[in-house]
Amino acid sequence: MNQQLITPLRNRVSGLGLSLTRLHNRNMWTLVALILVLIVNRIISPNFFTIRMVNGRLIGSTINILDGAAPIILLAVGMTLVIATKGIDLSVGAVMAICSAVAVVLINRHDAGADNLLYTPGFVIAIALGVGALCGLWNGFLVAFFGIQPIIATLILMISGRGIAQMITSGQSPTFTNETLAFVGRGVVFGVPFPIYLSFAVLIAVSLFVRRTAIGLLIESVGVNDRASYYTGINARLIKLFVYVVSGVCAAIAGLIVAGEVKSADPHKAGEWAELDAILAVVIGGTLLTGGRFNLVQSAIGVLIMQSLLTALYVSKLHPTANLVVKAIAVLLVLLLQSEEVRGHVVRVFRRTS
Amino acid sequence: MKSRFFPLFVTFAIFTVLYLYCYTQYSSFGSMRVVCNLLRNNAHLGIPAIGVTFVILSGGIDLSVGSVIAFTGVFCALMIERQGLHPLIVFAMALTIGTAFGATMGVFIHYFKIPAFIVTLSGMFLARGMAYVLTTESISIRHPFYLEVSKLVYVFPDKGRFTFAAGAFLAVVIVGVVLAHFTRYGRNVYAIGGNPTGALLLGVPVGRTIIATYALSSFLATFAGIVLSLSKRSGDSTIALGAEMDVIAAVVIGGTLLTGGVGYVIGTFIGVLLPGVIHTYLTLDGSLSPWWIKIIIGALLFGFIGLQKLLSSNTGVLETLRIPRPARQSAG
Repeated sequence: MNQQLITPLRNRVSGLGLSLTRLHNRNMWTLVALILVLIVNRIISPNFFTIRMVNGRLIGSTINILDGAAPIILLAVGMTLVIATKGIDLSVGAVMAICSAVAVVLINRHDAGADNLLYTPGFVIAIALGVGALCGLWNGFLVAFFGIQPIIATLILMISGRGIAQMITSGQSPTFTNETLAFVGRGVVFGVPFPIYLSFAVLIAVSLFVRRTAIGLLIESVGVNDRASYYTGINARLIKLFVYVVSGVCAAIAGLIVAGEVKSADPHKAGEWAELDAILAVVIGGTLLTGGRFNLVQSAIGVLIMQSLLTALYVSKLHPTANLVVKAIAVLLVLLLQSEEVRGHVVRVFRRTS
Repeated sequence: MKSRFFPLFVTFAIFTVLYLYCYTQYSSFGSMRVVCNLLRNNAHLGIPAIGVTFVILSGGIDLSVGSVIAFTGVFCALMIERQGLHPLIVFAMALTIGTAFGATMGVFIHYFKIPAFIVTLSGMFLARGMAYVLTTESISIRHPFYLEVSKLVYVFPDKGRFTFAAGAFLAVVIVGVVLAHFTRYGRNVYAIGGNPTGALLLGVPVGRTIIATYALSSFLATFAGIVLSLSKRSGDSTIALGAEMDVIAAVVIGGTLLTGGVGYVIGTFIGVLLPGVIHTYLTLDGSLSPWWIKIIIGALLFGFIGLQKLLSSNTGVLETLRIPRPARQSAG
């Protein structure tokens, strides 16, 4: 009798509780932020969502956003895994520069008529990816086996990497004409730019690999407590080595895309600020810098938020120099929304009023 | 020798050996000219490096200093040239803004528990962006006060010019050493960096100290921006790009651990001068390509970290490389 009376009431209360926990769920905030930015875009330019077909190529703001986001999404995939192990990879921008330099210097030898199998486009791309993996291996070795803090271990390559890239190109910014290599950055398949396929393929492949196997769980475990993970039989060092190698390979692909886009390798400009953009995207995506739980798709959404924001700034008549300011403020807003302390306050206010 | 002094000692030793080697190659390294140039050319890195040392000692990091330097330069140039204000008033305004900026970052880090890396990264974007918003062109400053300051120079017999920038750098280093080792604030910074929870339980004002530390870092970055503005006599929103990483590298080469609580301000001083000496050597030599400086700094960083690793673990590097195994219980 009494029970019947109370149950609906309790249901209502728990329903309220559910909405409060949703408010607590940081994953939702990322999606809400993306939708908000897209709505702002739509308000600024009414034809934001229209996509036209021009010369067998889809043209539209959304396609541009995805195309522009592709290299950063690739970096963010690697960076998410690294950050999930409580690490950070500052070197990805420099690795992009090194790999694009290697690829362009080798491909130019091929185009100059050097008769060497290693200089054919397929091998050049493989070598560039290999160099990226090698850079990741170096970072991973310093972090996992030498016990150097990730921020410093990768700072070494971040600083010296641009010097190495300059050394490879002898201080020049060589251009190239090879269409196969250029295809990576500016090719079009079924009307959609090739980098979009590439970034999504890597995102899906890595997601499936870490979630369909135990690797993802092991990465989170190492991020939460590497020593305890070791004692439960996880090879924590190998896991750390693995994530840095993935990050290096992702940076290499991103480097090839950037080189293909402009048909040249610029040791100074290739991947400039890219590491910071990737880290911001991962953090906006809700992966904590303190390691543990990660979500690759959320990180990709983080990249899209920033890219859409950038597009909104370009389209609006706002002063173009305000880009960085708006970016900084937007990032801080998203972070404040995610901050436990701030959300705690918000939820408390909601509780009080309800 | 206490092991905690050892990294500092090694930094000094390497610096001395390097300097002596350079001296044997080019005797001009013995002149006050090279010494003064070293101090002058590295002042804009050295001054914020002292502030960043405090931040890193407290267990944090500050990525915003390069942008703050650029913002200050542009702000000063605009206020003096376009608004016609006296430089000293403008400097006071810039230092106030800079300090408030740093304190705000400190509040975000301490009260909202957002990682220092991300907060100062946003700060870096914000300050650089504000510099771009103010102006993207380079503005030269022709105020007579700037000429007066440029005349403030002590000329050594061998024509070494000890400029205002060099003097400011040395002064900041001395104040930094005093602040770190002879004040309550300095001890609080070390305590928080060593063990934040322990410091809190011992009654160290953690919040106040952290906010003061980021304020100090931005204050010194602003001061560096003023010094750079005085010596360049112009404001440019693209100067000091990437300076934050050079500064952090200098602090680490100087023997400060990024985990916080361990390090010395004087080590940072040497850490700033070391790449400067290499740079001078490469410039005098002329045959080596400019990109070697970056590679050498990277190698130096690696060397110093490896060394610190070797020393900080009592067992040595071989033991750290070996995978630890849980002690097996003896059968019995």
